[in-house]
Amino acid sequence: MKSPFFGGVHPEGHKELVASVPLTALAAPALAAVPLRQHIGAPCKPLVAVGDTVCMGQKIGDGDGLCVPVHAPVSGVVAGIEDRPHPAGGVCPAILIKNDFLDTPAPTMKPCSSPEQLSPTELVNIIHEAGIAGMGGAAFPTDVKAKAGIGRADTLILNACECEPYITADDALIRARPGDVLRGLALLARALSPERVVIGMEDNKPEAAALLREALKDYPGMELKVLPTRYPQGAEKQLIQAVTGRQVPSGGLPRDVGCAVFNAATAAAVYRGVYEGTPLIERVVTVTGQGVRSPRNLIVRVGTPFQEVIAAAEGLTDDVWKVLSGGPMMGVAQGDLSVPVTKAVNAIVCLSSAQNGESTHPVCIRCGKCLEVCPIRLEPLYLYRFSNAGDLDALKRLHLTDCIECGCCAYACPGKLPLVEGFRAGKRALKEGAK
Amino acid sequence: MNLTVSSSPHIRGKDTTTRLMLDVVIALLPALAAGLLFQGLRAALAAAVCVLSALAGEWLLGLVLRRHNTLPDGSALVTGLLLALTLPASVPYYVAAIGGLFAVVVVKGLCGGLGQNTFNPALGARAFLMLLFPACLTRFPALGTPLPLGGLSPADVVTGATPLHHMQMPALPEATLADMFLGRIGGCIGETSALALLIGCGWLVFRRVISLRIPAAYLGTVAVLTLVFPKGDSPILWMAYSLLGGGVLLGAIFMATDYATSPVGPAAQVVYGIGCGVLTVVFRYTGLFPEGVTYAILLMNAAAWLLDRYLAPKRYGVGKEAAR
Repeated sequence: MKSPFFGGVHPEGHKELVASVPLTALAAPALAAVPLRQHIGAPCKPLVAVGDTVCMGQKIGDGDGLCVPVHAPVSGVVAGIEDRPHPAGGVCPAILIKNDFLDTPAPTMKPCSSPEQLSPTELVNIIHEAGIAGMGGAAFPTDVKAKAGIGRADTLILNACECEPYITADDALIRARPGDVLRGLALLARALSPERVVIGMEDNKPEAAALLREALKDYPGMELKVLPTRYPQGAEKQLIQAVTGRQVPSGGLPRDVGCAVFNAATAAAVYRGVYEGTPLIERVVTVTGQGVRSPRNLIVRVGTPFQEVIAAAEGLTDDVWKVLSGGPMMGVAQGDLSVPVTKAVNAIVCLSSAQNGESTHPVCIRCGKCLEVCPIRLEPLYLYRFSNAGDLDALKRLHLTDCIECGCCAYACPGKLPLVEGFRAGKRALKEGAK
Repeated sequence: MNLTVSSSPHIRGKDTTTRLMLDVVIALLPALAAGLLFQGLRAALAAAVCVLSALAGEWLLGLVLRRHNTLPDGSALVTGLLLALTLPASVPYYVAAIGGLFAVVVVKGLCGGLGQNTFNPALGARAFLMLLFPACLTRFPALGTPLPLGGLSPADVVTGATPLHHMQMPALPEATLADMFLGRIGGCIGETSALALLIGCGWLVFRRVISLRIPAAYLGTVAVLTLVFPKGDSPILWMAYSLLGGGVLLGAIFMATDYATSPVGPAAQVVYGIGCGVLTVVFRYTGLFPEGVTYAILLMNAAAWLLDRYLAPKRYGVGKEAAR
């Protein structure tokens, strides 16, 4: 069957590693580290001071501009505000909360009394106050996205593709709570009032698809579109192309072609924000891979260190090679396992040395396979060459900034070139050159 | 515990350079076997000399340049084999050895190395040998005459006219189309059997080593031009002999598709193939030699990057699908 989007690759899924293990909740950590930047945009400023007592769900950081607040995932005492390693790389100030293990709820956590009567603006405000940012990995503030879609989006898409290998967090969530996801989607649909509401899902999740199909009987007007599994179908631009045939213009946003895309876990978070009054303080995390002893899906509080999540999966194997925040195609390799789970961490993938496919002598043989698989139809081999050469004019001419860093080119490369690494360097050089 | 921290993606596909090169070698085996069958053991020995000299050149260059051993990537093996297939079975061994060394050391190694050389190493070496030893490369042993396995000078060879020699006159060759298809004709070791070359082509496409864009554009162009401008009064026959005679199939399937020296963009590949076809026919019709494949492809090699630059694929987000 012809792929409904350009290019792409089909790596082994390895999703069966956690298939038989039910979704369970992980105990809250004794010390939660809540980074003040868990979304794309400006970091929060702390609203609490060291020594303050906080309730679970209490807003502890907020800011202006493109920013969503952060909340205390546990009740307890603020033990410090200091720089901590961040799963997206680098360090970021984080609020440390010593857990009193009482889970005393914040008085602000009140269910909305009339969710059916919410105006679009009221819904956007609740989403903002609940601190919701895209939970598929990119962490774009959800309220901003929703607001931009009002009156502009004729197509609302729920992203349930989960196209990265290994990850089954959304799959597990949908199987456990299909109603949460659909009610969240219904809230967004009422606010945006699009012509079409489509759930995009890959055909490697038959159980979740069957559950949704059954539950969708109560939601006339919503359609489930099961797509042939192919990475990176869950990337926003590719999913829009697969579902609508439209293409987001170069440098533009989904709303420019009348689309608004929300991740399945994000929709469930919207539901809980409205119907339960719960801000985003926990999420489903897949801890999996050949490098961890007992892969599983866990409901994890934000701020829980990676090592505690890994311990719940009976620890790393002796031949562990990399521990990733996110999937193997776009995830970030971690060196320090005290790094906390954030709103965007959908998986902790632990690879063993058997998965190491790198070469000590990478070389480009100009086979052109990178062009075939590029979902943006760029020319990765030339981008890599000119990135290394620092030729900014060539990088502009070849549209390096359109690259979504999905990693298909490097995955397909028989010469094992570190293409994406090269592109990041090229993009940095372009940014500096523009200054 | 020692965690590796490096850039995404963290997993890689199964394709490797060595795997691709081995697939090319496998695809060349039918043509080599046809050469052995129709031209005798000397064809195999000449091929062995080409391969060994190519491997020796790769190894020596690695020593001199103090880089890691690149023999395992298989590209020198492919180059040696490709060169052998473009030479007559009667080629003196020292000429074959010079060709193998020149291909790998000069045309590939010193012009950028694997993936970076501008000109196809095998064809570059063949062009070089044509200048130095024209008699060895343009005289073909008459089919059926046994060739001595030892030393041989061009004067010793009982030569026969190849189909292309006839066509240069111009006249249709004596060989039947069936003979041409099977390879029961005079010519270079690996160029005569269309059947063997097409089997190799099938393997390359099946294994996704190449796409059909370049071979189809190349052969299609030759077909159209020879059909529209035939010599003699049977355009269809003239076209069929033009496609089956000489090295155009070997060139279109194995030489013009060489990764390093051909464009990577789909549109650029089609234009490149058309260019190869046009030049091949022009050189055959007007040139001094009956064959023009070598120089046609070498000239187009020089245009590969240019074609890629001006015929880049239309990327996501710029077409009418991106307009609202």
